[in-house]
Amino acid sequence: MKVTIDPDKCEGHGRCFGQAPALFDADELGQGIVIGDGSVPVELAEAARLAQANCPEYAIEITE
Amino acid sequence: MTISKPPVEDFATDFDHTDPVYVADPFPIWDELRETCPVAHTTRYGGAWLPTRYADVSAIAHDTEHFTSRTVVIGNGRPGEDAPPAPMGVAPPISSDPPFHAIARRLMQPAFSPKSIEPYREFTRSLCRRLLAPFTDATQMDISVDYAEHIPTLVIAHMIGFPPEDEALFREFVHIVLEAVDAPVEERIEMFEPVRIYFERQLMDHLENPRDDLTDFLLNAEIGGQKLAPEHVFGSMVLLIVAGIDTTWSAIGSSLWYLAQHPDEAERLRHDPELMTLAIEEFLRAFSPVNMARLVKDDFDFNGCPMKKDDWILLSFPAANRDPEVFEDADKVIIDRKVNRHAAFGLGIHRCLGSNLARMEMRIAIEEFLAHFSTFTLADPDDVVWSQGQVRGVRKALVNIS
Repeated sequence: MKVTIDPDKCEGHGRCFGQAPALFDADELGQGIVIGDGSVPVELAEAARLAQANCPEYAIEITE
Repeated sequence: MTISKPPVEDFATDFDHTDPVYVADPFPIWDELRETCPVAHTTRYGGAWLPTRYADVSAIAHDTEHFTSRTVVIGNGRPGEDAPPAPMGVAPPISSDPPFHAIARRLMQPAFSPKSIEPYREFTRSLCRRLLAPFTDATQMDISVDYAEHIPTLVIAHMIGFPPEDEALFREFVHIVLEAVDAPVEERIEMFEPVRIYFERQLMDHLENPRDDLTDFLLNAEIGGQKLAPEHVFGSMVLLIVAGIDTTWSAIGSSLWYLAQHPDEAERLRHDPELMTLAIEEFLRAFSPVNMARLVKDDFDFNGCPMKKDDWILLSFPAANRDPEVFEDADKVIIDRKVNRHAAFGLGIHRCLGSNLARMEMRIAIEEFLAHFSTFTLADPDDVVWSQGQVRGVRKALVNIS
């Protein structure tokens, strides 16, 4: 599983790095970024799905 | 002085967000409108529309082609009479449209990133403790007057380097800009004059005595090698004071007001810090303080609504956040709600610049309050005062404490 953030959609609401700090971080503007290459360890799969379900801009994509 | 207005008989055709019935309890009004007339209209304020469905609020928030942010507070004046023209607007970047918006916003974004607000965490915590200390042996306190109203006011004063002893004045400025919307245009311009004079004096003081704060940051900031226009600096400073105060004050107050009626949930939060992350988002959803406004750029048909140029849109994120199409049990406060795509900080390019700061202040304020009192309950649920205008929050609510 892999997560990506569409930078054109992200408006920096901060829900992803607020709720799943192991997968997401903020850049110097406060926009969401994925940590590393976005690979999601099995134990964080649920956190990734919740981050996607909470993004107000529908900016997070998950590929299995 | 305000103009006396007839009470609202029908919110679908004559809504008014300053009507006492709406101020006291807007939730059933939004619920009914969503079912019967999802985009309400009024001829008050020279014509305005109120979308209540999440989908419509989202569509308008994302549509900068048909809607301008040139003024974001609904009033009696028609836009243009007292506002600098787009694209900058009176308080950039909140009042700016593309393409200038992106420039003005990018300038300020680094100052409000999670890393940048980190240094204010300890300041906020010790401020909360200092506010609570005098009430250790008391039996009652007001969650707004004695606590919530001071927190964001003193945090933002600290960030911009304005004298903390002027905090009551800052709240008065907020009142003039956001609450005194019923006053005639000339009167509002007159009311605003002391604000202008005060800011000028503070900006002058910063120019003469440079220091490391947000005011100096703006005074020294450049766009394309040029210092910001004086009205840009002034407008952004007013924005920081106005947007940084009663919004977070309201969010803290509403959260504590809710917890004062649900001591069992307060107790859960005392023992489960991880739950706090979800609870903060749920308080933001269920009691979203902020409504924005837009203006219709040109005559435009929106989902069958014949919108006219310069009509207002009351962009009610609070109403959107109660839409059952998007939120399960939308009318219930569920502090461990896991799926919560709320729009409390807006949607689209104008997402609240200070959202990271607001969340930090909310969390610390609630944590400290819970830690200080083993129990707190609302003294009289019928004796709670809510603010009037586009920012909704508790302004007076006495709690019994122990």
